[in-house]
Order: sequence, then structure tokens, then C-alpha cells
Amino acid sequence: MHHARVPHLAFTSQLRRFTTTPELDTSATTLRAALEDAFGINPTLRSYVLDEQGHLRANVVVFIDGQRSTDRTGLADALNADSRVHVMQALSGG
Amino acid sequence: MNDRAWIATRKGLFELRRDGAAWSVARTIFLGEPVSMLLPPQPDGRMLAALNLGHFGVKLHASDDAGASWQEVATPAYPPQPEGATGVAWKLVQVWALEAANGVVWAGTLPGGLFRSADFGRSWQLIDSLWSRPERAEWLGGGYDVPGIHSICLHPTRPAEMLLGISCGGAWVTKDGGDNWALQATGMRAAYMPPESADSPNTQDPHRIVRCAAKPEVLWCQHHNGIWRSGDDAASWQEVKTAPLSSFGFAVAVHPRDADTAWFVPGVADQQRIPVGAALAVNRTRDGGKSFETLRSGLPQEQCYDLVYRHGLALADDGRTLLMGSTTGGLWSSDDAGEHWVAVKAHLPPIHAVRFG
Repeated sequence: MHHARVPHLAFTSQLRRFTTTPELDTSATTLRAALEDAFGINPTLRSYVLDEQGHLRANVVVFIDGQRSTDRTGLADALNADSRVHVMQALSGG
Repeated sequence: MNDRAWIATRKGLFELRRDGAAWSVARTIFLGEPVSMLLPPQPDGRMLAALNLGHFGVKLHASDDAGASWQEVATPAYPPQPEGATGVAWKLVQVWALEAANGVVWAGTLPGGLFRSADFGRSWQLIDSLWSRPERAEWLGGGYDVPGIHSICLHPTRPAEMLLGISCGGAWVTKDGGDNWALQATGMRAAYMPPESADSPNTQDPHRIVRCAAKPEVLWCQHHNGIWRSGDDAASWQEVKTAPLSSFGFAVAVHPRDADTAWFVPGVADQQRIPVGAALAVNRTRDGGKSFETLRSGLPQEQCYDLVYRHGLALADDGRTLLMGSTTGGLWSSDDAGEHWVAVKAHLPPIHAVRFG
């Protein structure tokens, strides 16, 4: 249940075999800011989702309210107050 | 150590133990995850494994107890890519080589960067003196979309010296610990390049280069289109044209004390990467490449399509014990320098690397 109207971020359970995956409410207005909130809780998570240039990994896909995010390098995709963000593995990765 | 070995595979890291003549799997680690390379346990028990997760990137794990327990450590990372920089993305694709000596670990990677760690993987520095060489722009992918360092030949007595094998970027040598580099692939020939650039050292594809420990000026190279040998520490390379069956292949091993003895695993050709006649064979020279013997005893001689990739052939310090693993998961051992082979009883995943230690 999410009573507050703030964006909510969740990660694929596939990541749990490598590191902890926080599920969090955030006040972020962009995808990058929301991810940074999660990396603040678990810094190890960063390199699993982003590469060293800060881009979304080629075989990671993010859904914002059911739509794939589009700015894979800048991660400037906008979030609104009740956005639901899911970080998933893209099946292109095997 | 000749009774323990490690197999890095598409689906995990396997520890092998020898009991008498028979090798068997003693431990499975990272089961299900692609392991691209490993560094066997050092005298203090520390070892490294490089994972290449399909979705979540390259990860490096360290063990302080010879593989019993593991912790994730720092992964070599490229620095921020300058605005407008052309060429390959400054992003780690794979750890393709791991070597250690004198308290330093070296990692060779795709897309062509060499990294150094003085704290056994807790932190890494890109060797900028090589990465910033203008010749790097000419390097080509070899088996991958981007170039990569697969061979790191340390010098047994001169710690500041090292030779790198790069697909496709020739062979590079430092004599001052990595401050300065020289391209030393003169004599190699690239049949896949236009005739006017076939002799260019900078686009050669040495599939694998190994150095003789007792005679370090001798190097053997299984190249994309032939076998080369150097007897002068890579100042020059001479093609060895005497190998039977085929001189195409990926793997090479050299005897640690006899520089004239080396092993190769021939395949038909680059456009048909299977054993000649679908019969697995190993070529061995014991006279520096003047002649070869083809060794087949115990290896499958019918309907065999196994390919032994760059790091799939390993020779123990005794100069007799061999292990050979294939990209279809075949694994064979020999106790007598390749005269006779025995299949290891396991159906393994595709094998990326085999190492004793």
C-alpha cells in the first residue's frame, strides 16, 4: 500500500543473489535522481544497474508506469508524483 | 601445484582435484554465472574470479582461502570518457587475462585496457600510458566487437618487463613497469588485412602468446593465421610453417624449462572452427618448431567438434601434466606431455579458461 503520492522504485528480484535491493519511496523527479536515492542506501547496486559512464547497462531495462525509459545515457526520464518505477533485466542479456 | 586446477566456464567456476591419474570436480562456485577468467590461489591462498553477468556487467570476486569463501571486490572501471572521444566506448566488457607477481595483479580487458592492482583487487588503476597510445585507434575486434588483451606474459626475473598479446592489436612490451610501451609484432602477417597492411604490427591477431619461464626471451604465438615464435624477446617473430593438419587454432602452451617444446590444438581454419576431420588432435614440437608430432591417443577421433579456445590449454609446472577444455565442455587430461589423454568424467559448460594452481 502506498498512500503518499510519491514515486516508488523497485528492483528485479534477480538482483538479490548478488546484493540487497531496496524498495523505496522517493521525492525524485527524474529517473537518475530516483536511482541515486537507491544507490545511497546500497552503493554496491550502482555498478549492477549502470556502467562506469553512468549509462543504463545494455541489458538492464527500466519501466516507468509500464513504459520503457528512453534516455538510456542521461536517465532524465521524468517521474510524476505517483510513478511506479521497475528496474528489470532485459532478456536480450540471456 | 599439479594436483589442483580450475576451470572457468559459461556456467560457473569449477575446482578440479587429481586422485592418482583421474581428475574430478571437487567444488562448484558461482554456479550458473559466466566466469571469464580466474587467478589461481597465490602462495597465501588469495585468488580472483572474473564474472561476466549477462545483464549486470563484469564483477570481480576475491577469495582469501583458496576458493572456500568469496567476497565481491572492486571491478576495473574505465575513467569518464572525454566528450567527443571517438572509437570504442570506455566501458568494461570483459576481464580476459589475470596475472600476478611481486604483489601486483594485472588485468587485461576488452575493450583493450590494462589495469593494475596493488591491493589484490580492492582497487584498480587503468594503465593510461597504453590506453592513450594513438595506435589504439587502429586496433580491431577479434572474436568480439572490441579489441582485448588476452595474454599478459610477465618476465620471471625482471619485474618491470611484460609483454601483452592483443586481439587485434599485435604484441606490446614494457620494460619499465608500464610507463612506456613498444609495439613488437614485427614479422607477423595478417592474412585478413588488405595486402598493403598485412605486415602492420598494430593489427596483428595473436590469439595467444606464452613465454618460457626458464628462457624468457622465447615466446610462442598461436596467431589467427599461423604459428609464430620469437627467440629474441619479441624483437622479431618468425613464422613456423611445419605444423601438420593446420596452423589455425587459439591455444598454445610452452614447457617451463624447455623452450623448444610447445603444444598447439589445431582447427580447420577461421571459417570452420572444428578439429581437422572432426578428430581432436594436439600438435607438439620438441625442436623449436622444426618438426611436430600429432598426438591423438585417448582423444575423440570421430564426430568431434570441440574447439579449444585461447585459455583452454594448460600445462603444469612439471612440464608433463596437461589439461585441455573445449567450448563445448569437453575436458581431457594427460600425464605424459600429451602422449596419452583421458577424458575427465564430467559434462561441463563451455570452457573459457583452464589453469593449474
